[in-house]
Amino acid sequence: MAFLEARGIVKRFANHLALDKVDIDVPRNSIYGLLGPNGAGKTTLIRIINRITGPDEGELILNGHPLRSVDIRNIGYLPEERGLYKKMKVGEQAIYLARLKGLSRNDVLKRLKYWFEKFEIQPWWDKKVEELSKGMAQKVQFIVTILHEPSLLIFDEPFSGFDPINATLLKEEILRLKEKGATIIFSTHNMSSVEELCDHITLINNGKAMIEGPTEEVRKNYRQNLVSIDFSGNAETVEKILKEQFELHKFEAINNHYSARVKTGENQSLNQVLDAIIEHCHIHGCRELLPSMNDVFIQVVNQQKQSSQKQRS
Amino acid sequence: MSKISLIIEREYLSRVRKKSFIIMSILGPILIAALMVIPAWLATLEDDETKVIAVIDNTGLYSGQIEDTELLKFEFLSDHEEDNIRENFKESGYYAFLVISDNLLNNKSAIRLYSDSQVTMDVKDHIERSLKQHLKDAKLRSYDISELPDIISELENIDVDISTVKIGADGTEKQSSAELTMIISMAFAFISYMFIFIYGGQVMRGVMEEKTSRIVEVIVSSVKPFQLMMGKIIGLAMVALTQILLWVVLTILIVTGVKSVFFDNSPMPDRARAQVEMMQNVEAGEETAQTAPDFNFDKIMEMVRSLEPMKTLLLFLFYFFGGYLLYSALFAAVGAAIDHESDQQQFMLPITIPIIIALYVAMMTFRNPGSDIVFWFSMIPLTSPVVMMARVPFQVPLWELLLSMTLLVAGFIFTTWLAGKIYRTGILMYGKKVDYKELWKWLRYSDK
Repeated sequence: MAFLEARGIVKRFANHLALDKVDIDVPRNSIYGLLGPNGAGKTTLIRIINRITGPDEGELILNGHPLRSVDIRNIGYLPEERGLYKKMKVGEQAIYLARLKGLSRNDVLKRLKYWFEKFEIQPWWDKKVEELSKGMAQKVQFIVTILHEPSLLIFDEPFSGFDPINATLLKEEILRLKEKGATIIFSTHNMSSVEELCDHITLINNGKAMIEGPTEEVRKNYRQNLVSIDFSGNAETVEKILKEQFELHKFEAINNHYSARVKTGENQSLNQVLDAIIEHCHIHGCRELLPSMNDVFIQVVNQQKQSSQKQRS
Repeated sequence: MSKISLIIEREYLSRVRKKSFIIMSILGPILIAALMVIPAWLATLEDDETKVIAVIDNTGLYSGQIEDTELLKFEFLSDHEEDNIRENFKESGYYAFLVISDNLLNNKSAIRLYSDSQVTMDVKDHIERSLKQHLKDAKLRSYDISELPDIISELENIDVDISTVKIGADGTEKQSSAELTMIISMAFAFISYMFIFIYGGQVMRGVMEEKTSRIVEVIVSSVKPFQLMMGKIIGLAMVALTQILLWVVLTILIVTGVKSVFFDNSPMPDRARAQVEMMQNVEAGEETAQTAPDFNFDKIMEMVRSLEPMKTLLLFLFYFFGGYLLYSALFAAVGAAIDHESDQQQFMLPITIPIIIALYVAMMTFRNPGSDIVFWFSMIPLTSPVVMMARVPFQVPLWELLLSMTLLVAGFIFTTWLAGKIYRTGILMYGKKVDYKELWKWLRYSDK
C-alpha cells in the first residue's frame, strides 16, 4: 500500500489551474521523483502535502488515514526557496527551527551535536549565518530538515547550490535515510540525479500528472528500440547488413574497432541484430539503449505542447 | 500555542539583544534627561559671568536710564569713543556696545547693539525693557497731568485669575488645570503616534526580512502563516513595552540622580526646577501641576485626582495596543506583499495618511475637545488610538469610550483577518510586481 496517496488534487489560482486532478502514489520507503518543467505545479503540490496551502478538491492520505495537521511533525521539508535568518547565530537558529517542529530543547541539542560533527560544521555553531558560505548554509538547512527524524521527507531541488563534493555527501545521506525507513519525495529538474536515486517518478506538466511509475518501467515504455554494438572484423559487410535489415543511425571507426547505433523494428530486439552480424565480426560489447530521463522528459513535454497547440488552432 | 510562544520568544530576544535596542534604550533617557537638565544647568552657568556693555548716547537723553543688574553693567561713554571701541573692540573687554543716534520717541530704530558674537536674548530684552519704561514715563510726563502715573499704576494692578473647575456627575467640584491637561493629552497622542509608526515599521521590515531571506517557507512548513505573523506582532509589542518601561525608569533615575548631584546644595533656579519637575511628572504618568508661583500642595493633589491617573493609564495601554495591533497587521501585510523596500511606497500611503490625519485631529482636540470632527475621529478605529487619547484628559462620556473601544477591537480583528489573507499568499510569492488588483485576488483565494 502506498505511504502517501493524493487523490484528484485540484488547486486553482485566480486565472489558472495550478493542479488539475493530480493523483500520486508514493510507495513506502521509496525515493519518489516529482519531475516537471518550471511552473508545472510541483511546488504547489508539495505545499499542499505540507499543508502550507490547501487543495480546492481532492484528498491526501498518509499511512492509511487522511492527512491531519498533527502529521506535519512527521514531515521534513527542504523547500527550493530556502534561507535562514542572516543575523541569527547558526546554532541558535538550528535549535529554533527544530523546536518549531516540536522537539524538546534537550533532544535538539543532542541531535544537533551529532549532525554538526558529522558534517564538520561544529566550529560554526556560534557564527552568524551571514558569515557562512552558501554550501555551509545548505548543510545547516539539510540538518534542520531531517533532525526530527520524519517518516516523510520532501526535498525540493535539494542539489541546487551544492558543489559536487557536498552534492555527493547529500546523496549519500538521502540514501541512508531511505535505508533507515524514510519515504522521500524528491522534486528536481536534474535528471541524472533522478536516474541515480529515484525508484518511482511522476512527471507533472501544466498541472497534470503525465506519467507515473517505477523509473525503469517509464524508461522502457519510452524506449525507441535503439541498440549499440561494439565490434571488430569485416566492417563493410556488417555495415551493409545493418543498413539493409535495420536502420543504422551511427557508424564509427576507432583504430580497427567499430561502433554502431541501430534502430530495430517494433518486434525486433538486440538478439536479431546479433544473429544477423555475428558471423562476420567479433563482438566486444552490446546493449539496449534506454532513453535517459532527460529524453523522456523532453519528449513528454514537447508532445503535450504540440497537442495543446493543435487544440488551440 | 507553544509554537506561537516560541516565535514570540525569538522575536523578542533577537531584538532586545540587538546593539541598536540597547543603545536606544540608554540614549533615549539620556536625551530626555538632557532636555530637562541642560536648560537648568545652563541657567546656573549664566550666573557667574558679568557682562559689561558700553553705551554711546549721541543724543544725551538716555544717560543712566538703563539699569545695571547683577550680571549686566552699563558704562555710558562720551561720543568720541565710538570709533575707538569699534576699532579695538576685542581689547576693550566690553561684551557689546550700544549706539543711540537719535531721539527714540521720534525714531524707534535709531539704536544699535554691536558685538563680535551673537548677543543673547536676555541682554537685548533688558535694554529694550529699560528704555521702553523710560520712554513711556517721559511720554506720560509730557502730558503734564499730575494724577496720571497713579492712574496708570492702578490700571496695571487690575488682573483676572480664572480657576477652571469641572463639575462631576454628582455635582461635586473638581479643580482642573487646562494647561496641564493639554500637555498630557498632547504627550499621549504623540507617544501613541510615534510608537505605532516605529514598531509598525519594524513589523514590516521583519516580515520582509523573512520573505527576502527565503526562510519563510521553511517556517510555514512547521507553523501556520497566521501564527508566524501574530507571533511577530506580539513579540514586537513586548519589545515596545520593554522600551517604554526602560525609558521611564531610566529617565527617572537619571533625572533624580543628576538633580541630587548638581542641585542638592544650592537651591535650583525656579524656572529650571519647575521644568524638571513638570517633565518628570509627565514622564512618570503622574499628573501633577507645574510649580505655580502660589504653590499649593492641596490644590495640586486635587488636580491629580480629577485626572484619574489609573484610569488614564489603563486607557492609554488599551489604545496604544489596540492601535498598534491594528496598524502592525497592515504593516505586516505590506511587508508580505512586496519584494523590495522600494516597492513599499504605494502601499504605505493608505496606512500613513490616516495616522497623520489622526495627529492633526488630535491637535484640534486641545482647542476644542467637544467638536464633531473630534468625536467622529475618536470613533473610527484607524484614528481613535491617537485622537481618543488626546480627548481622555478632557473627560469623555463613558458610552463614547465604550463605543470607541468596541470599534477599535472590531477594527483590529478585521485588519488582522485581512492582513492574514494577504500575508499568507504574499510571503510565498516571489518576483511578482504586486498592485492593488493583485491584492484583491489574494483576498479571494480560498481559505483552505
